[in-house]
Amino acid sequence: MTHATTALLLTAPIAVPLATSAAYAASGLRGAKARAGVAALAHRTPRRRGAAAPVATLVLRPGGRTDESVHHGSPTGTRGDGPGTATPAGPGTGSVAPPGPGTGPDGSPRPGPGSVTSAWPGPGPDGSAAPERRGAGSVVPPRSGTGRVGVVPPRPRDAPRVARPEAAGAVPRPLTGRLGLVSPFAILTCGAVLACTVPDDGPVTAYGRLLRADALTVWMLLTVGAVACLACAANPAHLAHERTDLPAARRYHLLIHAFLAAMSAAVLAANLGVLWVAIEATTIVTAFLVGHRRTRASVEAAWKYVVICSAGIALAFLGTVLLYYAARQAGIPEAYALDWQILAARADRLDPSVTRLATGLVVLGFGAKAGLAPLHAWLPDAHSQAPAPVSALMSGVLLSVAFAALLRYKVIADAALGAGFTRTLLAGVALATLALAAALLLAQRDCKRMLAYSSMEHMSLIALGAAVGSPLALSAVLLHMAGHGLAKTVAFCASGHIARLCGTTRIGRIRGLLAHAPCLGTAFAAAVIALLGFPPFGLFASELGLFRAGFLSGPRWAVAAALVLMLIAFAALAARTSRMLLGPPPGEDDEEEPVPLGADAAAPLVAGLAACAALGVTTGPLTALLTEAGEIIGGH
Amino acid sequence: MTDSVYTQLLDLACGAFLLAAVVVLWLRQLSSIVEVFALQGVALAAVAALLGLHEGRPGLLAVAAGVGLLRAGVLPRLMLRALTAGTPRRPYPHYQEDVSETRETRPLVNVAASLLSAALLTLLAYAVSRPLVELHPTPATRALPVGLAVVLIGFFTLVTRRRALAQVVGFLLLDNGITATAFLAASGVPLIVELGVSFDVLLAVLVLQILTTRMRAAFGGTGIDDLRELRD
Repeated sequence: MTHATTALLLTAPIAVPLATSAAYAASGLRGAKARAGVAALAHRTPRRRGAAAPVATLVLRPGGRTDESVHHGSPTGTRGDGPGTATPAGPGTGSVAPPGPGTGPDGSPRPGPGSVTSAWPGPGPDGSAAPERRGAGSVVPPRSGTGRVGVVPPRPRDAPRVARPEAAGAVPRPLTGRLGLVSPFAILTCGAVLACTVPDDGPVTAYGRLLRADALTVWMLLTVGAVACLACAANPAHLAHERTDLPAARRYHLLIHAFLAAMSAAVLAANLGVLWVAIEATTIVTAFLVGHRRTRASVEAAWKYVVICSAGIALAFLGTVLLYYAARQAGIPEAYALDWQILAARADRLDPSVTRLATGLVVLGFGAKAGLAPLHAWLPDAHSQAPAPVSALMSGVLLSVAFAALLRYKVIADAALGAGFTRTLLAGVALATLALAAALLLAQRDCKRMLAYSSMEHMSLIALGAAVGSPLALSAVLLHMAGHGLAKTVAFCASGHIARLCGTTRIGRIRGLLAHAPCLGTAFAAAVIALLGFPPFGLFASELGLFRAGFLSGPRWAVAAALVLMLIAFAALAARTSRMLLGPPPGEDDEEEPVPLGADAAAPLVAGLAACAALGVTTGPLTALLTEAGEIIGGH
Repeated sequence: MTDSVYTQLLDLACGAFLLAAVVVLWLRQLSSIVEVFALQGVALAAVAALLGLHEGRPGLLAVAAGVGLLRAGVLPRLMLRALTAGTPRRPYPHYQEDVSETRETRPLVNVAASLLSAALLTLLAYAVSRPLVELHPTPATRALPVGLAVVLIGFFTLVTRRRALAQVVGFLLLDNGITATAFLAASGVPLIVELGVSFDVLLAVLVLQILTTRMRAAFGGTGIDDLRELRD
């Protein structure tokens, strides 16, 4: 590979999501400008559609929206995109100033001063009672908004992806679902190309050792890309049903892609300091995704998330600083003293007592981000409150990315201190987390929290595998990360649909899902079966490998204890899920039709399950990559 | 600057740095806490500037200026804005009755016990950092325990204070302590990392400020004890 190709391959996973994110931001600005223009235009030449609009409004109003005030930026009308609705705003918009993105810097949902709003009566979800303006109702184009298409009766299709670039008019069309798939595919493609070359040609670097890709990086890139594809494919259906208003939807996409960029950066960083910066950046961008719904619970979850994760990960930075100090004293020049490869190569020269302190802090700090005890308290709250695709991304890959960072430090610590120190530390942390997760799974009453604790259970297994530390164990750990990411993504996305269908996430109130919604119930059941570790899914293979490696070489007592605790978690998860799935459907009348799952919503679920099952059968062309990644971490 | 003057000035700056953290524990008025935090930022910048002067590195002086600007200027201003945005202006400013929003009224550990804990944490920091000092004893690394002590005090503040803004200050104390450790141990981390970290901290504080506003809208206050919707 030429140098330019390498640089491109290493930059694209960061740059493409960032560019997508910027595109969403720019679409807001552009929309504002165009809205001003359209407003001026509409003032002079009222269109014929204006007459039809009130009728349509009447049709819309019974759509069950008494509980929520809906904000309409008026030019959103073009995005409704039903055939023939491309005419922008009706009359009356002219009286209103350019709206702007409609949000203050704090991202508040209230339309900014001067934004075009028309609200249906009823208190807003955020308590801001928007004034009812009957006259303004005529401004509302019949099918406005990207989001609420799923609930509007006149609109048959459940298809929020409505980009029709060919019909571009004066008003820019919104960026919608399909653009959202560009950045996950970019990550996945770069990962795939690198997967073809890296096992043979060795690690590649770019930008003066700022970015580096070895087998571990490539494996993580593939995992991030695959899970992000599923989550981003699930986004439009999710937003459609959440009835998100346009600025909020745009902000949501913007943050999701910034989140992907930060994760790619964390995976690709060669410098441990940059790695830390990228992981802290994931905390910052996901804060508002966790708090997306602005209920009391989600504000609380976001606050806990930011405070605990930022403080926890600050400890990891302190550990990094101490490691830097030890490296400088070991005679490594400033430019290379945080470079992972050089640190790992010369780790035997580091001062052992300083390195020991640093490693302890790093395990505590990145452990917080990876959902390991003792700083795990943010995890169930954040995962249960975030929108389902965000939960999937956080649970599926963010935890693994943080743990992959921990693995990098483990290599240095093992070379400096011998394997015993990190082994004891990680095994202790893993067992504590596993015990906690199993105990809380037993008493769990909320479906999404149950999945969150199941994530903690799986992360503790991963930590246990890292404690075992042989190449076989590490390969199993990496396979487990990928399998867990895929299965958990499906489970969270399905749980989002379930929450919408049943109106609750309480396990006690969800009954007979298999009879009520067979497709959805089957997908959820399959995902939980995968999480329980049954074949043919990937988690079966990885857990088998992990325990085999553990009984061969590892701390056997820890592995045995983990097996017992896992059994408890298994029983709890199986019992809770069977309560939700089995039994008669909740409706009294038997004529109730089973609820179908739209193709848009089903596709990511099926794809995720298929990929997870494929991983369980064979790793195929990825075997060499996986083995080498295991060697990088465990081969010392 | 002779060596002895340098050592004395460095110790003075580090002493002020530690003292500011202790005073944060002592105070209850949130606006005063933010002011003391700003003073601590000045002390931190002074530490960096002294190191830069001593080692003759103009780059470090620039970093010191940046650190001072961020931690003594921008961050305190942001926090004060979050504070004033939430407190309604009263007609008689000197006759305030309800001051609960601007004061740390119910810390988990009272002030006297907090100060005692700060002393214990400082001792702990000195004990823990002995191997760090032994690795390379210079005037700067001998002051290293101060940085760790501030980290521990910051964590303590974060855990025991029950106002959103006080928690933010705790987080920033933690961060100041880490930055001070980096300066004292190795004259600061490489520039790109320092920039990234500063940017992250700035964004984190912005995020927390916005979340404070939302918390006030959702809960009617900024008490952390009100956050109990989510539990098992």
